[in-house]
Amino acid sequence: MAGTAVLGRVTWRTAKVVAVHDETATARTLALAVRDWPSHVAGQHVDVRLTAPDGYSAVRSYSIGSAPGTDGRIEITVERLPNGEVSPYLTQEVMVGDELELRGPIGGWFVWRSDRTEPIQLVAGGSGIVPLMAMIRSRRSAGSTAPFRLLYSVREPGAVFYRDELRALSNQGDPVVVVTYVYTRVTPKDWTRRAGRIDAPLIATATWESTLQPTSYVCGPTSFVEHATDLLIAAGHYREKIRTERFGATGERK
Amino acid sequence: MNASMNYLDGNAAAGELSRIFAVDITSAEGQCAHCGAKRRFAEAHLYSHCPGLVARCALCGHVLLRLVNVGQRVLLDLTGMRYLTLHPTQQPEASS
Repeated sequence: MAGTAVLGRVTWRTAKVVAVHDETATARTLALAVRDWPSHVAGQHVDVRLTAPDGYSAVRSYSIGSAPGTDGRIEITVERLPNGEVSPYLTQEVMVGDELELRGPIGGWFVWRSDRTEPIQLVAGGSGIVPLMAMIRSRRSAGSTAPFRLLYSVREPGAVFYRDELRALSNQGDPVVVVTYVYTRVTPKDWTRRAGRIDAPLIATATWESTLQPTSYVCGPTSFVEHATDLLIAAGHYREKIRTERFGATGERK
Repeated sequence: MNASMNYLDGNAAAGELSRIFAVDITSAEGQCAHCGAKRRFAEAHLYSHCPGLVARCALCGHVLLRLVNVGQRVLLDLTGMRYLTLHPTQQPEASS
């Protein structure tokens, strides 16, 4: 279609896996080289389509974890789901050199542009960290000084994605990204807070005050996003300033 | 109205909608024809575990959009939205 390129319409592209590494026991990061990739904005996602030899195909959405760039490379991090159709393949079978079908970048709402200067509150549940990590990386690559805080809820210490990179952030001087972890099942040794969900006292101490009017990005399973959003609103945050991305009950988005 | 936790955000429809629309519909503001709420389409509740996609108003639960693929055809019902405010020059792909 002649008008396609002019309009910038999203089309299926071929992506080649150029690197893989495990984030946790159940999650793997894939670096993809995408032909004619037009770059993206932090927070956007891609749809990945796998087609079986019999023609059956499955499409799943995955957030981009890497910062926008012009080198035609992106990273996605995929959590393996026990009964998933797509995630076991992407986390266990796919190898460097394999090709995937990919559509993107997608979505113009759950995005953070690095020319924004207001305080940013990131709230991640599990693999919901991925698009928020893209925002953190975008902030750094653009030299932004927007104040960032991240509240990151995980089941247990071994479930943290991007552990070393997040640790390095909190070791840097000003301006920093302040990271607070919440462990829902198992905590590290000597952790002062008991294992449990995010609650109002934690919102009060670990997130920006609502009077600063931060923009919040909340990403995770649907129940997590509901819970965190309700707490933020109860703490005085404007609903209009809270952007959400739900993964659904299963965590595997269709 | 929506007791089920098995829904996504309107964001998640962006890929399917990009097959049809040249601009990003999910960042457009739409008005619910039922309750009059004005929200970004990305904030709607999206039900995708059905033959197609159904987006409901986050406030009242009224159906805003139905999209069904039938063979080579796409059926799209937008009667649940009174209007959409689009930003055709704001490219969703624009890099920051």
